[in-house]
Amino acid sequence: MSVQKGVIEVQDFHKSFGAKKVHQGVSFYVRKGECLGLIGGSGTGKSVLLRSLVGLEKPDRGEILINGVDITPMNETALIEIRKKVAYVFQGGALFDSMTVFENLAYPLREHFQFTEKEIAYKIAEQLQEFGLEGNEKLLPGSLSGGMQKRVGLARAMMMHPEVVLYDEPTAGLDPYNTKRIQESILTLKSKGVTSILVTHDMPTVYAVCDKVALLQHGRISEQYTIEKLKQEPPGAMSQFINGESA
Amino acid sequence: MNHIALPFTVFMLEILRFVGGVGLLTRDVARELFTGKFYWKLVVEQIYQIGMRSLPLIVITAVSIGMVMSLQFGMGLEKFGGKLYVPKLLAVTILREMGPVFTSLMLAARVGAGIASEIGSMVVTQQVDAIRALGTSPIKKIVIPRVLGALITLPILVSMANIVGNLGGLVVGAVELNLDPNYYFLKVMTTSTIEDYLSGFGKTFFFALFIAIPSCYFGLSVKEGTKEVGIATTKAVVVSSILIVIGDFFLSKLFWIFEKMI
Repeated sequence: MSVQKGVIEVQDFHKSFGAKKVHQGVSFYVRKGECLGLIGGSGTGKSVLLRSLVGLEKPDRGEILINGVDITPMNETALIEIRKKVAYVFQGGALFDSMTVFENLAYPLREHFQFTEKEIAYKIAEQLQEFGLEGNEKLLPGSLSGGMQKRVGLARAMMMHPEVVLYDEPTAGLDPYNTKRIQESILTLKSKGVTSILVTHDMPTVYAVCDKVALLQHGRISEQYTIEKLKQEPPGAMSQFINGESA
Repeated sequence: MNHIALPFTVFMLEILRFVGGVGLLTRDVARELFTGKFYWKLVVEQIYQIGMRSLPLIVITAVSIGMVMSLQFGMGLEKFGGKLYVPKLLAVTILREMGPVFTSLMLAARVGAGIASEIGSMVVTQQVDAIRALGTSPIKKIVIPRVLGALITLPILVSMANIVGNLGGLVVGAVELNLDPNYYFLKVMTTSTIEDYLSGFGKTFFFALFIAIPSCYFGLSVKEGTKEVGIATTKAVVVSSILIVIGDFFLSKLFWIFEKMI
């Protein structure tokens, strides 16, 4: 029996789409409270890998362990318990467009807890304040800016106080102000001991919030460094990728 | 030869994929219908969306069909002195075939398209993924309310279409064919049987499934992009309509066998 290395462990992950082999043996782990930045060129399968960690995609081969439990053989019913602990922040927010901001945030609470409407309203008011969204609870997602939609998506994912948060390009397309707000939210969660993986192309955000960075290239994690080490610009594929010298 | 064989093979594979997909979706609906949380509010919402909002379309269609058929029957039978048979003929035709089939086709066009495009758009904007990622089931939240909404509303809509269709026939019978309205009404009530009504009514439950399940299936099958949403919408309407028309024959035959047994 192997020793549990981290809250999230991926071992020998393989995934193909038709003839295209996207992942060919990806392995890594993330310890409790750590934030891993996952970088790589477009189409290297970063988002697919992230989706697999919450059971939205099934690998062809390999193991995904969350707190030491392999989630790959689980069906949708069994995955519900995992999804209460592992939150996924979608790139565009993925807010329910027929619901107001309040209803979007209330959704996980109404589904998984027995709170009264008064308690739900209190919790949402707290959450809106924490994410700088107060006063927007009655708005529909369509009337929010891209940055606000992402923040609402982040706030909704946090409603169940997850142990793990998976961020899919949370700062893509945002202005510096909104990027900073998202970074602050991630750092706040990190300070509470939340383990996270951040898929992004935004290197300033990686430097601001991550503890270590992994480069996904040619279907594998080709290099992995701590942020301190990365700042020293070690020669190799990751430095070339960051400096725009390779895809 | 290849230029015929290849498209045919692709078409057959498409059909097999559809049958398999719809089969699996039906299994999931049946399984999740009786387990866990049940969303009454969403079902009521769908009853309103599918039923109430389709009512004007169904009423207009049914009245028009009743009026046209009354006129055509009257003009045709007048030559043989058979104008008096119009109420019976029209009532049986509407109750057994025209009411259920036309109402279902109208619903397939309006609701089937709506379901497929709405779900398809939810897939594209990752809302379906969000439902799953938040620990809930898209089958329970999206599919079951729509299936139950169609199952509850279609029989009611068909019953209303039967009434207004016959009323349309009565108006034309009185105005154009010079039939006494009291005679027309009495004839409809005395000559059409409960079997005529149940034969058409029974089909509506199958037609509701023919509309809701394939439409949900095509919506959920969207992978990405708005173009696929459009394709899914078209497929939903076409396939639902074909299933209704073909299914009608077999269901008519089935109910006919039942009637003979009774």
